[in-house]
Amino acid sequence: MSFVTKSPWMIHYDGSSCNGCDIEVLACLTPMYDIERFGIKNTGNPKHADVFLLTGSVNEKNKPVIQQIYEQMPEPKIVIAVGICACDGGVFKECYNICGGADTVVPVDVYVPGCAARPEAIIDGVVKGLAILEEKRLKVKRKTEKALKKHYDEVYGQEHRPLIMEVVINGK
Amino acid sequence: MGMNIIALLLYLLFAPFVGGLLAGADRIVTARMQGRVGPPILQPFYDVLKLYQKEQITVNKVQDFYVFCFLLFVIITGGFFFAGGDLLLAIFVLTLASAFLIVAGYCAGSPYAEIGAERELLQVMSYEPMVLMTAVGFYMFTGSFRVEEIIQTQTMPFVYLIGVFIGFTGILTIKFRKSPFDLSMSHHAHQELVQGLQTEFSGKTLAMVEIAHWYENVFLLGLVFLFFVNGTAWSVVLGVAVALLTYFIEVFIDNNYARMKWEVTLKVGWFTAITVGFVNLLVLNFM
Repeated sequence: MSFVTKSPWMIHYDGSSCNGCDIEVLACLTPMYDIERFGIKNTGNPKHADVFLLTGSVNEKNKPVIQQIYEQMPEPKIVIAVGICACDGGVFKECYNICGGADTVVPVDVYVPGCAARPEAIIDGVVKGLAILEEKRLKVKRKTEKALKKHYDEVYGQEHRPLIMEVVINGK
Repeated sequence: MGMNIIALLLYLLFAPFVGGLLAGADRIVTARMQGRVGPPILQPFYDVLKLYQKEQITVNKVQDFYVFCFLLFVIITGGFFFAGGDLLLAIFVLTLASAFLIVAGYCAGSPYAEIGAERELLQVMSYEPMVLMTAVGFYMFTGSFRVEEIIQTQTMPFVYLIGVFIGFTGILTIKFRKSPFDLSMSHHAHQELVQGLQTEFSGKTLAMVEIAHWYENVFLLGLVFLFFVNGTAWSVVLGVAVALLTYFIEVFIDNNYARMKWEVTLKVGWFTAITVGFVNLLVLNFM
């Protein structure tokens, strides 16, 4: 049973944007759109977050900040680029200090276009991202199981694998 | 004795469910007060189960142990209370649990967690006199600290301990970590303190903190309930109703006040303890 899709907590970070998308992200929390209906909560803490909403293009100064936020988030996690600036740099693309979109620093899972992105589009993007989040969870789970299996096979040998491991690995 | 063990088992099994449902109801009521629809009532359970599925990131290994101790001692607190044990002991164990949480905050070494831990210490200092006076009040009224003897009383403790009751519900805002006194966990101020004490907890550790809060809330509402029992069935109904009403009023206060500075927390805590609490005990002493 997956609970990660039922309570995705989000953190939002504003790169070098005009703040338009940032305000639209916050508009999702207001009574008009009420994103908490889906169990989505705005946390200011990367260690509690599952969804990373990035608005605005990335510049040289905030590159390490974005990287650090991404690395502090526990798996499974997804990144959503909100607005055209976060997608590929937008109107700021040719500026001397801009690296480009969010995907120049962190792997982006969902792109939400728009200038500014409408709250409906952002909610749609997050809901699309939830399917990816679930996929990632299963991937992490399989990876752990594989590592566990390898460890036990190294310690006990394949013939003497503990019975409990058969249950974990094969599900019987 | 048999009844006590049944009550204890019921508490151990069902307190997290009651606490979680109360937290879910809190979120819905809060949303409705703000003109929103709000999450489903089971949302706190989804949150905690999700946290169990997340990757575990621990800064300092010992912090998980401290948080586990926090959960354990909070459970023991309620255990003493619902098994009809010593009220004073239950309150001391609750303080010990808070101490473990504070140490867990300090040991992470994060500046946010550290400030959160300092504020938590301050909150303990603010509410502790009134919580102790509550226990003393029950002793002066019934002649016993034991919960099983307190519930045998013929008159409602509320009638004689009305000042203590007002003082106790006053400091409940601090204990429930509600605005205006949510200084250490910072529910509403991500910009200021990230998540305060909880900043460095993630995954299972954070889930343990949540579950501990559910147990703690049930214990605190149990203490409110204790003011109204006098051995009759209708007093039990009244006690539960008042406990739920208290919780609702706390949510209402939470939504109507901005956060205050720590000085106000300390002043409110001690002022209520000295005025309504202490005066009530004095009157009781001379009666």
